[in-house]
Amino acid sequence: MAENLPPPTPAPAEAAPPAAGASRPAGRGRRALPYLLAAPAWLWLALFFLVPICSMLSISLMSGDLYQGYVLTWEFGNYADAVATYWRQLARSLAYGGCATLLCLAVGYPVAYWIAFRGGAYKNTYLLLLLLPMFVSFVLRTISWKALLADEGVVLGPLKDIGLLPEAAHVLNTAPAVVLGLAYNFLPFMVLPVYAVLERMDHRVVEAAQDLYAGRVRAFVSVVLPMSLPGVFAGVIMTFIPTSADYINAQVLGGAHNTMVGKIIESQYLVNNAYPMAAAITFVLMAVLLAGIFSYARALGTEQVMEVQAR
Amino acid sequence: MASTTGPGTAAAERTGQQQDAVPAIALEGVSKTYRSGGEQVAAVRGVDLEIGQGEFFSLLGPSGCGKTTTMRMVAGFEEPTGGTVRLKGADVTGVPPHRRDVNMVFQSYALFPHMSVFDNIAFGLRRKGVPAAEVRRRVGEAVELVELTGRERTRPTRLSGGQQQRVALARALVNRPSALLLDEPLAALDLKLRQSMQMELKRIQRDVGITFVYVTHDQGEALTLSDRIAVMNGGLVEQLGTPQEVYERPATRFTAGFIGTSNLLSGEVTASSGGVIEVRTGGGAVRAAGSAALGERVEITVRPEKITLAAGAVEPGACELPGTVIEAVYLGSTTHYTVAADGDDGTEIVLHQQNTAGPAEAARRGDRVRLTWRPDQSYVLPR
Repeated sequence: MAENLPPPTPAPAEAAPPAAGASRPAGRGRRALPYLLAAPAWLWLALFFLVPICSMLSISLMSGDLYQGYVLTWEFGNYADAVATYWRQLARSLAYGGCATLLCLAVGYPVAYWIAFRGGAYKNTYLLLLLLPMFVSFVLRTISWKALLADEGVVLGPLKDIGLLPEAAHVLNTAPAVVLGLAYNFLPFMVLPVYAVLERMDHRVVEAAQDLYAGRVRAFVSVVLPMSLPGVFAGVIMTFIPTSADYINAQVLGGAHNTMVGKIIESQYLVNNAYPMAAAITFVLMAVLLAGIFSYARALGTEQVMEVQAR
Repeated sequence: MASTTGPGTAAAERTGQQQDAVPAIALEGVSKTYRSGGEQVAAVRGVDLEIGQGEFFSLLGPSGCGKTTTMRMVAGFEEPTGGTVRLKGADVTGVPPHRRDVNMVFQSYALFPHMSVFDNIAFGLRRKGVPAAEVRRRVGEAVELVELTGRERTRPTRLSGGQQQRVALARALVNRPSALLLDEPLAALDLKLRQSMQMELKRIQRDVGITFVYVTHDQGEALTLSDRIAVMNGGLVEQLGTPQEVYERPATRFTAGFIGTSNLLSGEVTASSGGVIEVRTGGGAVRAAGSAALGERVEITVRPEKITLAAGAVEPGACELPGTVIEAVYLGSTTHYTVAADGDDGTEIVLHQQNTAGPAEAARRGDRVRLTWRPDQSYVLPR
């Protein structure tokens, strides 16, 4: 979509009134105006993104310890150490994030579809209902799930009492509990982008497909689904990245055996004060996620995604 | 109150078809009622229509008159709450759109943006399971018909509005439906393009010989294109007839006002014999075709281009009304005059005069004039 936006066009010099010399500085000022307006954003990015990234990158290549201080020694071995030591948590994070993303897609697409196509006058109400839980703190919501899913809690307790579940059954401290928690917490991040695309779609194209001998299912598969791919693409990215890096759900709902890489980064920083190691894992995670996104975009065909969006 | 003049037979005769041929589309007492906020809203209130094979048929009316709902019931997107829809004699009421042998051209075109022009046009054929070689051949023909050869690989989003319109047309026509339904297909185009597309549509319809049902609110478009027109208002067909019939002999006050401009004169019937009545209006006595009881108050209508400014003596037997020019608008080939008729009922009459004479003879604002027209060119409107 952005590719179709014209770049900020400074007024061409010829267009300026060919009056006195006084108009020249004014013309220059006008030319600089777009850049001036963009300056706060650039400053913000430089200060809070570029600088931290660079300093993190240098920390990841340092060696030493907390007491004697860390020195930049271009210690690339940190990366090898990080992968060798924590590949299990890294792989687990990607697997949990991937499962949660698929679950969000499976649950969220029909929700987005229903609101966009059948929501009628109440679309905004349904969206608000979807977002309402987000007004409660993320950590608090996750802890509530812990209470709900406890071994003798409101769900499992009665089921065990009437003998539907064996006494030993438990949900907490398992991988599915973590995936479910992640999917619950990040569902709106999937629904919103998919909804935005479906809502903007000319609903007459569905009728056109039906008019051209496609039944409801065929019309969905041939027309609605491919046209909504840009939204799915955005939704998957917005869900997969935070779920893969999340550690609260794993910590609260997953117990000791389901640690995700986010938790490792946190404890390396704050508990062990092993800053270079923590920074190295961070960059490994970032690299893996970026590689995943690019290959995903390649597989889906960016051109197609952009084309439909530019409509 | 639907006064429908002449069933579908008139058109069938004109197009040289037998009278007993099965109509391509038949609507029998079709109605549609919506529920809106607990209230029943009638969009279509009992429409009977027979549309002949190969006919160019228009549903003409203002927005909200039920023309689009009527068409959508033929396509199958809306189910009638009463009545029967028949395609080639077969009852299709309740049959979903993908099983009906009609295709639609949407106002917004509704092209598939993720598919090439070729894939858009091939969509229906592929759904019907036509072999690939034949799909290629027929899409090729359709592309040629709408003059888009060479653009098959393009995405519709890269085409101009007029070209998208052609793709939509080809996408529907390639399936050789028993009828093509067009929902204000030219409304999104600018005037020049619209006019050339009108000619194009007419040519294509003649070439393929498929029944066209054309929904429009543009009376000029309906008059230009149609074999027959159904003028709709308030969910009913007000008048059904050829363009000449609905223009020259509007059956209702609505039709008279909606199609072209009409002058309405009201007065009391003072004489009636042999299909001609005399009416006393505020400005004088005039005569009109029709019949009415003596003493009845009636409205008569006369089209602006039937009226001339009398230079000398009027033709024997012609109507004559004196008045004062209150507006004269010069439009090149014609001049449009608005004349206040004498008398106290404030009747204003519009007339269109061909500018055949020199400018010296043109009337000006404030001039006293005499208007004249032949009595058989004005009609009594039914109450």
